[in-house]
Amino acid sequence: MPGVAYLLVVELIVFSALDRSFASGPNVLNIGLQSATLVLLALPMTLIIMSEGLDLSMGAVLGLAGVVLASVLVRGGGLTTACAAALAVGAIFGLANGLLVVGVGIPPFIATLGTLGIAQGLAVAATGGRSVVGIGETLPTLYASRWFGVPFSVVIAAAAYLVFHVVLYYTRFGTYVFAIGGHRESLTLAGVRTSRYHVGIYALGGVMAGVGALLLTGRMNAGHPIASIGMEFEAIAAVVVGGTSFERGNGWLPGTLLGVLTIGVLRNGLNVLAVPSSLQSASIGLLVIAALLVDSIRGRG
Amino acid sequence: MIAIGARIAGVVVLGLALALSSDAFLTANNLLNVLRQASLTFLIGSGVTLVILAAGLDLSIGANVGLSACVAAAGMKATGSIALGVAAGLTCGTAIGLVNGLMVTLLRLPPFIATYGMLWVLHGITYWYMAGQTIYGFPQGFRLIGSGYLLGVPVPVYLMAACLAVGSVFVRYTTYGHEIYAIGANAEAARLSGVPVRARLNLVYTLSGAMAGLAALVYLARLNSAEADIGEPLMLPAIAAVLIGGTSLFGGVGGLAGTMVGAILLTLVLNGMNLLSIHSNWQPLVTGVIVLLAAWLDLVTRRRIEAHA
Repeated sequence: MPGVAYLLVVELIVFSALDRSFASGPNVLNIGLQSATLVLLALPMTLIIMSEGLDLSMGAVLGLAGVVLASVLVRGGGLTTACAAALAVGAIFGLANGLLVVGVGIPPFIATLGTLGIAQGLAVAATGGRSVVGIGETLPTLYASRWFGVPFSVVIAAAAYLVFHVVLYYTRFGTYVFAIGGHRESLTLAGVRTSRYHVGIYALGGVMAGVGALLLTGRMNAGHPIASIGMEFEAIAAVVVGGTSFERGNGWLPGTLLGVLTIGVLRNGLNVLAVPSSLQSASIGLLVIAALLVDSIRGRG
Repeated sequence: MIAIGARIAGVVVLGLALALSSDAFLTANNLLNVLRQASLTFLIGSGVTLVILAAGLDLSIGANVGLSACVAAAGMKATGSIALGVAAGLTCGTAIGLVNGLMVTLLRLPPFIATYGMLWVLHGITYWYMAGQTIYGFPQGFRLIGSGYLLGVPVPVYLMAACLAVGSVFVRYTTYGHEIYAIGANAEAARLSGVPVRARLNLVYTLSGAMAGLAALVYLARLNSAEADIGEPLMLPAIAAVLIGGTSLFGGVGGLAGTMVGAILLTLVLNGMNLLSIHSNWQPLVTGVIVLLAAWLDLVTRRRIEAHA
């Protein structure tokens, strides 16, 4: 059994023992709802990290896409138009990240730090830092709906996982993603247009941030420019805790899903124990450093 | 040196353009204000310059300034002593830098992700420690560091000049400095030539933390109040200043004089936006664009040098 699974089991046992309400049905559902948006970001982040990259802009792009989505709805546009606009915003930023990293050659953490500033700046400047409210009933109703008894956001997250799993493990694109991480040179020499696929990985990250905006806006009943700041960190944490390595193209998608649950359970459990949310972020930071350490020791051994 | 010349020319051209478009620009008050703001960016950026010269990165500096400022503020309030508050802030910043260094050298974690994790650890600790409160009102003697004047020039500008002088001598004329450049150019070659790579990396991260601690004191003295979120907007401008200043992201090329020119150039842009009544909400966007442009310029320069070599 991989390390992340042990971690998750330990968390579950400890939190259930410490607080009885933790293992209750409503709380488990709550963990699922809270983790859904994170799954959407952590999936493409896995591919990006496998390609020896990073996307620090995801949270900010999600915020901007949410603002755009909400603005279209406020102006009376349909849900389809609004979603298309949000996905377009995500795709543009994802593509820009890809072109800056792959085309121009800027190191990923600096390139996406720059686009983070741009996306956050646009979102804050366009809204004056205030939430975009009055989005009508369509999106909140959709968000609150259940498909065969399962909440909408969990359905979306599960569908996204299935798509990513199939793409990564059963398509040529997936095989190239593995190769871009560890054997980029060989892939190019084999005649594959590596850059195109490499840019595609980042574009996927932007698009998924757009999908995330749909869920977050539905949950908050408003488009908020800065509510999603730092969400990319939780995504990175989930990926790293899930056992994907920053080097050598080693990635494991089921691990990312377990990583998301580990983070979700940790946050929720600390919440139930009334630990302030500030210390929850700090503990996730420590978790990342610990996971990197384990990876680094494994890489050496 | 040609690169620095081009950047100084950029400052002059930008200054002229601003002077022509706004009457408020070319006043002694405004220019001193620009220098004072630039000195804060420089103080944070100077430590980052050393780290980037050694081909590392420190993403925790903004959060470091935030926590160090809050610790200094709380220390000063609790003890009533300026010296103890200052010592607490500097110790906090330096200790964070040392931990960053140890994560990179001892635990061998990738610097950008280790310091990014540190960012969130510090962020959490600061918000928990402050619990939503504001600490304000510090002794006049302390506030001089940030808002005082000496012979008509703001005190932070003297700090900038002093750090530039000491720092430049350190990187240009001491063995330590040469070793930092050597590590940035090629860490393996440096190691084989007998450079104590880990010790020097520890040194640059610790210095970066110490400079964040110093910047925190200057910032706190100017604001005269501390809140949990004060460090957040400071990381992007500091990294932007280093990159515009011509220090290469790939290590081994650049210096502190460039970072000072970069800090002034960036501050001029933001000050100009202010004078042209563009809302400060646009500043992160412009800073982001500048980071990308500077990184692109770095790549172009590097490729040209490689083509010549």
